[in-house]
Amino acid sequence: MPTSLNINGQTQMVDVPDGTPLLWVIRDELELTGTKFGCGVSACGACTVHVDGEPVRSCQTYVEDVEGTEITTIEGVASEVADAVKQAWNELNVVQCGYCQSGQIMSAIGLLSENRTPTFDEIENYMWGNACRCATYQRIRAAVRRASEILEA
Amino acid sequence: MTTQITRRSFLKSVSALSGAALVVGFDAGNALAGAGNAAEFTPFVRITAEGRVKALIKHFECGQGTATGLATLIAEELNLPLDQVEIEFAPADAARYGNILFGGIQGTGGSTAMANSYMQYRQAGAAAREMLVAAAAETWGVPADSVALADGQLTAGGNAAPIGDFVASASARDVPATPRLKDPSKFSVIGNPDTRRRDNGPKTDGSAVYAMDLHLENQVVAVILRSPRFGGTLASFDDSAAADVPGFIRAVALPTGAGVLVYGRNTWAALQARDATVAEWDFSQADNRGSDQIKADLLAAVNGDAEFDAKGSATQTAELLDGAAQVIERDFFFPYLAHATMEPLTCTIAPTETGVMLHDGCQMPTGAQMALSAVLQIPQENVEVTTLYAGGTFGRRSTQTADYHVEAALAFALNGGQQPVKLVWSREDDIRGGYYRPAVAHKVRIGLDEGGRIVGWDHRVTGKPIFKGGPWDAFIVQNGVDSSSVEGVHDTPYDIPGQYVGLTDDRSPITVNWWRSVGHSHTAYVMETMMDMAAAAAGRDPVEYRMEYLNAGTADQVRMAGVLRLVAERSGWNGPVAEDRSRGVAVHKSFGTFVAEVVEISGDAEDGIVIEKVTCAVDCGVAVNPDVVTAQMESGIGYGIGHVMRNEITFTDGEVDQFNFPDYEPLRISDIRAIETHVVHSTEPPTGVGEPGTPPSGPALANAIAVAGPRVTHLPMTANGVRFF
Repeated sequence: MPTSLNINGQTQMVDVPDGTPLLWVIRDELELTGTKFGCGVSACGACTVHVDGEPVRSCQTYVEDVEGTEITTIEGVASEVADAVKQAWNELNVVQCGYCQSGQIMSAIGLLSENRTPTFDEIENYMWGNACRCATYQRIRAAVRRASEILEA
Repeated sequence: MTTQITRRSFLKSVSALSGAALVVGFDAGNALAGAGNAAEFTPFVRITAEGRVKALIKHFECGQGTATGLATLIAEELNLPLDQVEIEFAPADAARYGNILFGGIQGTGGSTAMANSYMQYRQAGAAAREMLVAAAAETWGVPADSVALADGQLTAGGNAAPIGDFVASASARDVPATPRLKDPSKFSVIGNPDTRRRDNGPKTDGSAVYAMDLHLENQVVAVILRSPRFGGTLASFDDSAAADVPGFIRAVALPTGAGVLVYGRNTWAALQARDATVAEWDFSQADNRGSDQIKADLLAAVNGDAEFDAKGSATQTAELLDGAAQVIERDFFFPYLAHATMEPLTCTIAPTETGVMLHDGCQMPTGAQMALSAVLQIPQENVEVTTLYAGGTFGRRSTQTADYHVEAALAFALNGGQQPVKLVWSREDDIRGGYYRPAVAHKVRIGLDEGGRIVGWDHRVTGKPIFKGGPWDAFIVQNGVDSSSVEGVHDTPYDIPGQYVGLTDDRSPITVNWWRSVGHSHTAYVMETMMDMAAAAAGRDPVEYRMEYLNAGTADQVRMAGVLRLVAERSGWNGPVAEDRSRGVAVHKSFGTFVAEVVEISGDAEDGIVIEKVTCAVDCGVAVNPDVVTAQMESGIGYGIGHVMRNEITFTDGEVDQFNFPDYEPLRISDIRAIETHVVHSTEPPTGVGEPGTPPSGPALANAIAVAGPRVTHLPMTANGVRFF
C-alpha cells in the first residue's frame, strides 16, 4: 500500500506491502544504496540509519512503523558531528572493503551526538553491534576519539 | 545497453572523451607499448588533455588497498601527489591485465597483487613521464634532461606548461622500451606513511558502488533454494505458496539439480518467495555425517599411515624418534570455516549487443568469463566484466568452479536472457553454502635429545585438498600432494632435522576453498604450537628456542629471525609481565612475507580471557603504503583471532547447524583491545600483505593461554574449554 516516508528531508511515496523492512524500501525502491544489507537479522549493523536522529537497524524496522518519522541515511546525514566523523575516518584510513562503514559511521554519529566525549568502554559498548569482517575496529575506536577531539576543539 | 568495446573503439572513445589522451602500458610480451603503437597495447595509466591522471587497476579492491597501492606506483614515477591520481578498474582482458604470477590469468589472490604489479606499474608511469618530457623538450627546443616534471607541471628554464598541453604530442611518440625508473632513494610517495587511501571518500559517504548496489533498468532478482546437505539433489518442489508473495515472478528447477531458482521483482520479494517454496531432496549421494563423525574420521586418518609423502621418509623419522630422549606429541583439529564476507555474494548479468556484461566485485575476471562463456555458449571475448568494489573476499569471491557466476549465468539464461538478472545470496546462504576452509586434522610427534634439541619431526595432515582435480592441479599437485594442505610445514624456514610430512586426502562432498592464508590458516597454528611445546619441554624461552632453528644463514631465516627479534623487542618480551597477564609468540612465513606476533592476555581460560594487546612485526619487502600494510596486519590478526576463538561450521545429519551471524559470531570491537604493528624497512621486492597477518595470530594467542592454562589444539577455543570476555 502507498506509504509516505520522510527520507533525508524529502517526502517520498512508496508502494510496498506492510511488513517490508525499511532496508529494502531504501535500497530497492528509493535506490539509496549506501545503506547496506549484511545479515537481515539485526546482528551486524551494516543497515544502520537514523530514525528521528537515533540509530536503528533498518533490516528489522518495518515500513509501516516509520511513517511520520524523519529518516536519515548515510547519503543525507549532515551535521557538525557527521562532518567530524567523516573527517576522522578519512584521516585515520579506517575503511578497508568499506561495506560496513556506512553503518559504522551512522552509529558513531549517534554516539557522538549524545555523548561528545565517550570513554574507551563507552565506545566499545555503543559500537559493539556493528560488525566489520575486515576488523577495522582498532581504527574505528581511534577515529571516534579523533572525531570527539575535533568536536571539542 | 553496453556494446562490446574493442581496443580500437576503446582508444577512440578515450580520445572522444578527453580530446586526446596519453595511455601507457605493456603488451603481453612485457615490452612497453603506447597509443598508436603495437596491437597488444595494455593501458595502465591514462592522462587526459586536461592533465588528469588515471591509474587503471588490473586487480579488484576488496579492502586490501591494492587500488591505492597501484595508484601510488604511478604517482611516484610521475612525481604527483597520490591524491591527484584517480583510480579506475580495468576491464576483463587477460592479454593486457593478466596476473604475471598466475600465468597470465587475470585475477587477484594469494597476496600477489603488489608482487606482480610493482615493476609493471612503475615502468608504465616512468614511460609516461619520459614521453611527456620528450614532447616538451622537442617543442621547447631544449635537451630532455633539462626538462623537469613535478606536480603535473613540465618546466625547463623559462618554459613551463601543465602536462595536459603535451598529452597529444607525447602520446604520438614511441614508447620507451626501458624507461629509467626513479631511484628508490628519491621516493616520496612509495613508503610514505602519511598517504591516504584513494577509496576513503566514496566509502565514507555511501557513494561507493558494490555489486549488491546495482540497479539496472528492468532487472529481476534471483535467489536460490539450495540443498541443505552437500551432495544432495533436488527431487521436487512446490511454489504454490510463493504465488501469494507480492513481486514473486516464478520458480524454476536448476538443471544441475542443485536447487530451485526463485525470481522476484526485487530482493525482498525474491527472499520472501523462496521462504514460501518447499523442496524435497535426494540425499543418497550426500554427506550425511555429523560433526563428531567428521572429526573422528579426520583424527583417525592422521593416526594412521599417510596416503602421500610430502617430505622425508616415515621410516627414517621413526628411527630418529625411537632414539630420542623424549617424544612430545599432539593431535590437532580445525573445523570448517565460512569466509562470511561483509557483502554477501552477488553479481548481475545483463545482455549486450554481442553477449553479456557481468557486473561483479570480480576477483577472477578470466575465470568468470570462462564460466559465463561455457554456460551461455557465447565466445569468451563477448563476456565483458565491469569490476565494482567488493565487500570483502577472504578468498570467497573466487572459486575454481566459479560457483556463483555459474549460478548467475543459469539464472540469466533460464529467465530468457533478455533482461538483467541479479543473483543475490543472503547471509544464511553464505554461512550454509560451502566453499569453506576445509576441516583439517594434524598429528605431530617430535623427538628431542637430552639437551632438548629436535632430532626428528613426524607430521601427518589430512583434509580435503583445494586444488586437486581443479584447473590449477598441474601447478600445485605433485606426487599426489596438494601443497596447499601442507604449505608452511614441508617448506618451513626452520632448520628442522629429520622431518617427515605425510598427507591423506579427505573426500567429503562438502565444498572447500582457499580461505584467508589457505593452508597457513592451520599449519602455522600447528608449527608454532609444537615449537612452543618443544621449547617448554627443553626448558627454554620460546623466542630463544626458535632462534636456534633460524641461524643457518638462509635469506628466509635471516628475515624470519629479524621479525621475531623485532617483535620481542617491541612487545617487551624480555621484560616483566604484569601479575595476571601472560604472553605468547608465533612467527610464520606465508606468501613471501614474514610476520611475528606477540599476544598479551589477562584473566584465565576458566573465568574469561581478555586479549589486551597484539604486537606485530612484518617484513614484506618494500612497503609501498606502510599504513596499508599496518591496516592489513590489523585485519589479518582480527580475522585469525576471531575464528580461532569461537567460529566453526558444524553439521548434524549432514546439515549445517549455523545460520547467520548470531551463531557464527564475528569478531567484535571489544575482542582485541589494542594492536601495534611495526613494519620492517626493506629494499627487497614487495610481497603480499592481505593474508600473512592471519597465520601467526591464532598460535600466538594459544601460546599465551598455555602459559598458565590449557594447551588448546582442537578449535575453536570456546568449544574446547576456553572462555573469553
